[in-house]
Amino acid sequence: MKKETTVIALGILLLGFWFTSSANGAGEEFPVAPPPVTEGMFPCSNCHASIEINRKKRELKEEHSQIKLHHAETMRWCLDCHEVRNRDKLRLYNGELINFTESYRLCGECHGPQYRDWRAGIHGKRTGYFMSPGKRTYYLCAHCHDPHEPQFKPIKPEPPPFPPAVKNHAK
Amino acid sequence: MQNKRYTRREFIRNLSLTTLAGLSLPLLSSCAKEEVEDFLQKHFHEMTEEEKKRVIAKLEQRYLQKYGRKFQISTKEALPDTLWGYGLELSRCIGCRRCVYACVKENNHSRHDPQLHWIRVLRLKRGNLINLENSEHYYDPDLVPEKGFIYLPVQCQQCQNPPCVKVCPVHATWQEPDGIIAVDYNWCVGCRYCIAACPYKGRVFNWTEPNIPKEEINPSVHYLGNRPRMKCAVEKCTFCIQRVRSGRYPACVEACPTGTRKFGNLLDPNSEIRYIIDRKRVFRLKEDLNTEPKFYYFFEA
Repeated sequence: MKKETTVIALGILLLGFWFTSSANGAGEEFPVAPPPVTEGMFPCSNCHASIEINRKKRELKEEHSQIKLHHAETMRWCLDCHEVRNRDKLRLYNGELINFTESYRLCGECHGPQYRDWRAGIHGKRTGYFMSPGKRTYYLCAHCHDPHEPQFKPIKPEPPPFPPAVKNHAK
Repeated sequence: MQNKRYTRREFIRNLSLTTLAGLSLPLLSSCAKEEVEDFLQKHFHEMTEEEKKRVIAKLEQRYLQKYGRKFQISTKEALPDTLWGYGLELSRCIGCRRCVYACVKENNHSRHDPQLHWIRVLRLKRGNLINLENSEHYYDPDLVPEKGFIYLPVQCQQCQNPPCVKVCPVHATWQEPDGIIAVDYNWCVGCRYCIAACPYKGRVFNWTEPNIPKEEINPSVHYLGNRPRMKCAVEKCTFCIQRVRSGRYPACVEACPTGTRKFGNLLDPNSEIRYIIDRKRVFRLKEDLNTEPKFYYFFEA
């Protein structure tokens, strides 16, 4: 009887592990395109290694002044996502450090349904081959949404088709 | 005494044979050998492998002369256990027409006189449902998306019950085993019945000899897909037959900046398109016509 309960408890525990690991996507790997970092900025530690840590929320005047934080900015600050001791990494809620190529795990901590669809290949964009042996390339969340200002910006449309009879034969 | 007399039947037979010979002799001799070959070229389905190879070699030679590029013309057949399906998320499309021009480039469309597009992006008033009568596809604002509008890209829906195939009097268009509706451009007689029959305006016609700039030609083509067409041929979207039969995403899927367009194998339960059909709210255009399109529009649920 005691043995049975241990086995069941172990089973539930394993199942729990399986669920959490598949939910945060840590076990899966996605071939992603290189992250869209600003030219000449990465690695961040080039500058940040020698800069004193300042955790205070403030307006940035000297560097990164082009960044407009417009992403739940009332409750968020740089160091909520960027790791303070190693600026080349991002930081999950549980303290795990991840590379910029894995940034989807960080986004997925809040945006669950989008993350679920993204993993399945529905939300967001993929290029290349959808069938083996070819590989599909995943675009990171940050390729389309600026993480600091994620709303999609309007763009200029391509020209409309020539209306019939007006320009069709004019070139 | 009248044992060597023509019957009327014999007379008519001899007369018609002579006339036919007399007419066809100058006709055939006045044509170049190439034109005779073109004229006598068989339907794609009736060609043997040997004949296909000969036709491909002839076409490659011709394209090399015309466009100055070495073409790879594939006749790759449908992959086993595939039925292609397309997904398009209406809540994401911003109407930027990147897909239209990616398609033009990939599929060697005529750029002007005639200007042919396989994708038409319709603009609809938001909240007006899919009221196609009030749609507009010449919209040209500075920036998209515009407030109060949604965008509905329409291309060949690759119907499972295709009206265009039914009306073709010469069987120049048919459904491939993987669901793609193909056109044999050489067999097409240009009657445009299929254009009239298509409820989606999915087909376009080469009213004149197509114009493709030499430097923009795409030399990697499929015989039933994006090879350069000729005057009087009907053409349409083939789901990029030259790409998808090797497992590659269609050009419009890769061009879309918002990830609106999805593609996959309907027979594969793990494909992207099956995920959409299983979990999203999907609909097909003009479902009431019973054309059974394999093109699924969906919303973020």
